[in-house]
This record gives sequence, structure tokens and C-alpha cells, in this order.
Amino acid sequence: MDEFLRILTQSLAELIAPTTAAYALAAIGLNLHFGYTGLLNMGQAGFMLLGAYGFGIATIAGAPFFLALLVALVAGLIFALLLGIPTLQLRGDYLAIVTISAAEIIRWIGRSTWLQEWTGGASGLQGRNYKGTFQDLSPLPDGRTVIGPLEYINTGSDSWWTRIFAWGVVALALLFVWLVTRSPWGRVLKGIREDEDAVRALGKNVYSYKLQSLVLGGMLGALGGVLYVLPITIAPDAMGRTMTFFVWTVLLLGGAATVFGPVLGAMIFFGAYMFMRTGMRALSENTGVGDVISTTNVEQIGGMLVGITLMLLVIFRPQGILGNKKELAFNVR
Amino acid sequence: MSADMSEETTSGQAHDAAGPPESVVDAAAAAAVAPTSAVAAEARDDLSQVEPVVGAPKPDAILVADDVVRRFGGMTAVDVEHLEVQRGAITALIGPNGAGKTTFFNLLTGFDTPESGRWSFEGKSLAGKSGARVAQSGMVRTFQLTKALSRLTVLQNMLLASPKNPGERFWLSWLPFTWQAHEKEATEKAMEILARFKLDAKADDFAGSLSGGQRKLLEMARALMTDPTMIMLDEPMAGVNPALVQSLLGHVQALRDEGMTVLFVEHDMHAVRHISDWVVVMAEGRIVAEGPPATVMQDQAVVDAYLGAHHDTDLGDDSLLDPEILARLEAEEEKR
Repeated sequence: MDEFLRILTQSLAELIAPTTAAYALAAIGLNLHFGYTGLLNMGQAGFMLLGAYGFGIATIAGAPFFLALLVALVAGLIFALLLGIPTLQLRGDYLAIVTISAAEIIRWIGRSTWLQEWTGGASGLQGRNYKGTFQDLSPLPDGRTVIGPLEYINTGSDSWWTRIFAWGVVALALLFVWLVTRSPWGRVLKGIREDEDAVRALGKNVYSYKLQSLVLGGMLGALGGVLYVLPITIAPDAMGRTMTFFVWTVLLLGGAATVFGPVLGAMIFFGAYMFMRTGMRALSENTGVGDVISTTNVEQIGGMLVGITLMLLVIFRPQGILGNKKELAFNVR
Repeated sequence: MSADMSEETTSGQAHDAAGPPESVVDAAAAAAVAPTSAVAAEARDDLSQVEPVVGAPKPDAILVADDVVRRFGGMTAVDVEHLEVQRGAITALIGPNGAGKTTFFNLLTGFDTPESGRWSFEGKSLAGKSGARVAQSGMVRTFQLTKALSRLTVLQNMLLASPKNPGERFWLSWLPFTWQAHEKEATEKAMEILARFKLDAKADDFAGSLSGGQRKLLEMARALMTDPTMIMLDEPMAGVNPALVQSLLGHVQALRDEGMTVLFVEHDMHAVRHISDWVVVMAEGRIVAEGPPATVMQDQAVVDAYLGAHHDTDLGDDSLLDPEILARLEAEEEKR
């Protein structure tokens, strides 16, 4: 029973973990791309990694916190422009190919020895080198705080301050997305998602709108990357294709083209993912299941199950949890 | 913009259609329902003075195209030397499959780029301009395969078309007070136009739930939201049930009667005879004939190229089952 409570607490903790907030933010950006504009961005992890590097390198170079945050945003903006300007005039599939390879290029550059002086190569940047400015901002007193079953230090890597800040940023991003997508601007994006030629025929500069969407979503992704590395380290290999697919799973689980979908998706995804892994590990250690699934295989099986979940979602509930069933009543293309 | 006016023309059309199969000349005469607007009446007068030859200059041309060439590999899809389209009239662009009508249409509206050519709309060159810029200049098109924005409501489809909406600029979009006034005005206008197309009851439904014919109507209504001076319809009757064709024709005519210029691509001969003031015939990428419907339909080149020798023969006619008549038709065919 104690074991079960521990598993439950760990899963519950995942709901408000900074990582969950980081994924939620990245998924909010991806939602702007895919949910509202129909852009297939398969390289959101590239935006996140670039944002993390931008923040980390700027801070290490001596930039104050908000300047470093700005550097991360600008990194996302430039990356989006570089990818978008040549590809957004082509058919949608090309953006998918270009983004997935560009994200890999960023990761390989990051882990190469070429820029090691800045990026730290394959081992990345240590958290203690760039967290100082962020933790100095904390208004919380020293010590620890217990809320219900959760206990963290007030200020530090895995702290209440990190959580408050991360979810605060997510809340602001939600407000932003809610405001812009209910406007005529958001309506043009949705029109482009449905049929860009029709929107073009009505005198709208489709290319410019797609670029705006890519840039904004990419900047949210970069900010998500910053949130992701605040409690840990910047390690290029932790922010690869798997991360992109996790962001996609989060978005599709919650429901694309809904405001709260990405947040709900991130919470459910990481809660369930943690529950599944800790549960499997406990079963494997304490029961006969261990003969079939050894504890060392739990991570791999967990990854496989995420893949299967993504497939099942797309096939059986493409609108996600919050999506409107009515919108899928007619065949979309 | 009065709803009853379009009603009137619609019922007039319905009456014509109910009659027995007409000869070409009768049909053209039936088409000569007097236009109600001054511009349209003037356009009709002007056109009656124009000699029906290929590339004929028009007294008041809104669209002028010169030497427009489009090749796909070795095949020349479009090669138009000179074409002028009269302001305030309905001009039909007809031709057999593969004649290059839609390609020419795409070139003019900025949805395709030609190898060479110049064309101007209201005196301003449109060559090399994007589809969006063409639309902004007042020449709005529809598509052969209807492009209703399925997961937007009918009203949202309409509002999307509203030009110069301040809320469509990103930096103003999050401040509703900057665009609410425009939005309100646009909604009123949209409901007015929807009412005219009898889609107002559907305003809050997703466009994807509309029938094929309703989507055609929505596309036309949406184009009207942009206040076009010229409206380009790509096969407006394709895939629409015959009952709705009459109402569509009425709507097209109403556009002209309000002073808009209409250019449409069409296969449906019946429609062309009835509502167009001028007909341009394309075959194998070139314009082979143009003129008023009655004249063009009798032009031998047109009959050969497009209509086939027996275009007036009703294929549903039982007399065709008579072997004697069939033999006569076949003999005629061989002589050609």
C-alpha cells in the first residue's frame, strides 16, 4: 500500500513538474503551428534546444536574466525565419522534412566539438553555470515548503520557484494564444489550415501569415526549451526527435486547435507516463512480472507505449480530449 | 444590392428553362433580358457594335491580355495573342476539355506563372502579381473544385473575406476594441449577402456540412464580401444539380446587373447561351472565336472544335434509336 501511495504521489508530482510546464509551452507553440495554421513542424525540439542554448550561453556570457530570455526568443525567431522563408511557399509536407532535419542539425552542431567552447559539446552545459540569475530573482524565503503530499525547497533547481515561474509563463502563453486565435487574425490562420488557396483568392498574403505563425510558435517553443533546462542541464541529446514526438503526443492528446488542450495533454501525458513507469518498476521488482519485464527494460517499454498511444490517438481520436467531435464529422481533405 | 432583383431574374430564368428545347437563336434572344443597371445596359450596347472576330478591341475593356503563353514541358497549354474583356458584361470562356481555359484563368488571377505575357486590369498591369494582390486589386475568383473552408462556420467564411480588417494584423489582433467595429459592420454585410443566397439560416453551421451546391453559393457569396469590380467564376455550374443551376444563373446575372464584370469558364452550353453577353472560345490553348452567343454558336470553327456536329441533337431523344436517323447522322459525320 505504501508502495502504491508512493507511485501515486510521484505521478501527482509530475502534473505540476517544471518539465510538464515546458512541454505544455512547447505544445502551445506547436498548436499555433499545427492546430491553427496546419503547419507540420516536426522539429519543435530544435526550437527548444536553440532557446535553451540561447538562454544558457547568454547567461554564462554575463547577460542578466531577462536579456538571456530575450536572446532565447530571438534565437527561436531567427530559426523560424531561416526555416520558413524558403519552405513556406512550398507544399506543407516540405516544412515537415525541413524542420525535422534542421532540428537534428542543431543537435549535432550542439554536440560537436566545433563549438564546444560555447555549447559544452556532447556533455552540454552544467545547470549551476546558468541558473544563478534565475534563482536570484526568487521572492520566496529560504527553506522548504510542504503542500499536501508534495515537498520541495523554495528556491533551487527542483524548487517551488521553478514551478511557479514555469506555470506563470504557461498561463501568460495561454492568455496570449486565446487572445490572438479568437481574433480575425486567428480566423485567417484557420482559413489557411482549411485551404490556403481559397484564402489567397480572397486577397490575404498567406505566406506572411504562415511565417508569422511559424515565428510565434517557434518562439514559444524556444521559451519552452528555457523552462525545460531551468531545473536540469542543457544536454543536446535529451532534446532530440523523441522530444519532438512527445510534444506531438501532448498536443494531440489534449486536442489540437483548442486553447487548453496542450496543458491538459501535458499533465495527463506526464502523469500517466510516470505512473506507468514507476508502476511497472514496482511490479517488476515485487511480483512475478519481473520474469517477463526486467526493471532495466521499463524505460524502453514506456517509450514503445508512448508511440503506440500516439498511433491510437491519431487513428481513433484525432481531435484529442478537448477537441470538437463535430469538427471531424466531415472529411478533411 | 436588392434581394428581390435577383429573385426576379431567377424566376425569369426558371421560366425559360421550363420551355421546350430551343434553337440557338431563340436561346440567344431569351438571353437578351434587358439588364437593369446602366453600366450593364451600356456594356450590352457597346458589345453590339463590336465585330465578332478573335482579339476584337472592346469600347470599354476592363481586362486586356497580350501574348500570354504557358507551357507544360513541350506542350503549349495557353497561347493567347490578344483578348479584351468588356466592363459590365458577362463574358463566357468556353472550350473542350484541355483547351487551357482553367490554366488561362489561373494565369490571369495570379495562381500560375506564364512563360511570357502581359495583362492589365483597369489599366494596371497584373503580370507577376500574386493571387492575393490580384484579389486586392478587385478581381476575385472562385474555384472549379469548391474551396469552402470546412471547419469554419459559414459566417466565418464570409467574415474572412472582408477586406482591410484591422484585426487581421497581428499586433492589433489581441486588442478587440481595435477591430470590433469593423467586425460588426462586416457581420451585417455578410448576413445580407447570405440572405440573398438563402444561406442565412446556415450561418452558424460548419461550411463542411453544406451540400455541393450550397458550397458553390457560399463561394460566390464569399467572393462578393470583398467588393470586387470583376468576378471570375471557374465552372460555377460543375457538379451542381439542375434545379440549383437556374438559381446560380440568376445570381450570376444579378452580379452583372449590379455593375460587376463577370468572366466565367463553363462547359454547360445551356448556361452560356442564356446568360452571357459575349462568348470567347478556346481550343488547344488558343482563342478560336469570340462574339455574341448566337453568332459564336453558329461559327463553323467553334462547332467543329468544341460542340461537335450534332450539338443541337438531344441525345435523350428517342428518335435517335431509329436506325434510319442514326445512319443519316453517321453518314453526315463521315462526310466531314
